[in-house]
Amino acid sequence: METFVVALTVFALAVFVGFEIITKIPPTLHTPLMSGSNAISGITLIGAVLSAGSQHTTLTTALGVAAVFLATLNVVGGFLVTHRMLGMFKRRD
Amino acid sequence: MNVTLVNFAYLVASVLFILGLKGLTHPRTAVRGNFFGALAMLLAVVVTLLDHRVVSLEYILYGLAAGALVGAVLALKIQMTAMPELVALFNSFGGSASVLVAGAALIESQTPTVQSTVATSISGIIGTITFWGSLVGLVKLREWVRGALRFPGQKAFNVLLTLGSVAAGALVVLEPSHTDMFWIMVALASLLGVLLVAPIGGADMPVVLAFLNSCSGLAAAATGFVLSNNVLIIAGSLVGASGLILTQIMCRAMNRSLGNVFFGGVGAVTDSASDDEVYAGKVKSTSAEEVAMLFETARRVVVVPGYGMAVAQAQHAVRDLANELEARGVEVEYAIHPVAGRMPGHMNVLLAEAEVAYDKLKEMDVINSSFEQTDVTLVIGANDVVNPLARVDDSGPIAGMPILDVDRSRTVVVIKRSLSPGFAGIPNPLFAADNTLMYFGSAKEAVLDLVAAVKEN
Repeated sequence: METFVVALTVFALAVFVGFEIITKIPPTLHTPLMSGSNAISGITLIGAVLSAGSQHTTLTTALGVAAVFLATLNVVGGFLVTHRMLGMFKRRD
Repeated sequence: MNVTLVNFAYLVASVLFILGLKGLTHPRTAVRGNFFGALAMLLAVVVTLLDHRVVSLEYILYGLAAGALVGAVLALKIQMTAMPELVALFNSFGGSASVLVAGAALIESQTPTVQSTVATSISGIIGTITFWGSLVGLVKLREWVRGALRFPGQKAFNVLLTLGSVAAGALVVLEPSHTDMFWIMVALASLLGVLLVAPIGGADMPVVLAFLNSCSGLAAAATGFVLSNNVLIIAGSLVGASGLILTQIMCRAMNRSLGNVFFGGVGAVTDSASDDEVYAGKVKSTSAEEVAMLFETARRVVVVPGYGMAVAQAQHAVRDLANELEARGVEVEYAIHPVAGRMPGHMNVLLAEAEVAYDKLKEMDVINSSFEQTDVTLVIGANDVVNPLARVDDSGPIAGMPILDVDRSRTVVVIKRSLSPGFAGIPNPLFAADNTLMYFGSAKEAVLDLVAAVKEN
């Protein structure tokens, strides 16, 4: 129960931080914000690595490795494509 | 590696994620923000690889290498017009990864806590809906399947599926050793994910994508509860929050609620005027030469891009036209409706690709007051977002939707293939207005012809 309350506290505070820092997004950046935050949601990769590496059973390792693959694709692809897009945004000279 | 050190590294990563996301909300800091995010991810992954619970690296490295390779190829090869599809695809992968991790954690833990099993169920349901919802969204964006899947009693069936998934999730909590129940729950949620997005049309995709983006974050946060891992909880909830804000912005831009997008459905046209009544004898068609002559005397031109520009890949031609006009002393700006295109900010990315400076792209609220001082407004492949009916008709499908007031400019030139209605399925009185000229043709060729005609003058 103790850990749950701690986890819930972290969650609640993080949601607030999220709402506070993203109050005004210029529409120009809607797409990069989506792809960039999408890459951040690939953080589940951490959990995937833990599952794949614990060598509990073959099944959990297989699930873990599949998750590692999917999450890495999400993370690497997401950050890269965001970088590529942002490189195109230029101000008037 | 020592647990305290790992957790400390996670704290640093969390701070970097927050700074990164904050950076992404301003054009000048966005590149750095994205870099911070990537750095945070790298840090979190490296310390996790060194965690004492990870006993074998072999398979993990294969997974990492393969994922990174495929991800990089996709990210570098994709065309900017296909960005909504790519984001949907990545989103589905993130969601499914969360489901698999939650499933594996359930199998691994001998005596799971209630926190962990409840979170497992939530992560399983949200992640699965994210996965299937995004995939169906992808199918719709690619137009592999046209039209909307609807059947009588769909809403009731969806409610049943929701209750079924939640009930299965509750059984997982009560009897965590029966891991089969987790997969039954996933199966039910899969069907729900498909049926939720299948009835939604292409023009509503900006809302759907933003919402699913939020879901992928929440699924990751739920997985964080499963593993009692703070960096997952923090990063996941940041994404959840940002996705929700974006969803809200998109809904407001269409004057619809999220519930209406998912369950309302568009197309139930009741008593709107028929095409003939609106258009008969009033539509004036024009040519490149005539529009070029209009440009000659114009001092200010506003371009309104829509999905039609994206489909035709006309963004480079549009840029050339703007350059020609600017060289002749004409002021050119772009008016971007928040839901133009198929994802939030779609038009901005396309025009950025064509090297149009982003500060020439004006948002609706900023540019609307300037249409009265605009000599020519060039609408390219947009329809519902410039339909003046939204201001007056209080019963139609787009009633109350904020629109670009292009009809207030001196002359409106609409480039469009035909008079066919937009997504809302209603005729657009703008096309028949006194100050509107219809320039029929595919966006790209039409604009290229315009460039040639302007050069000739």
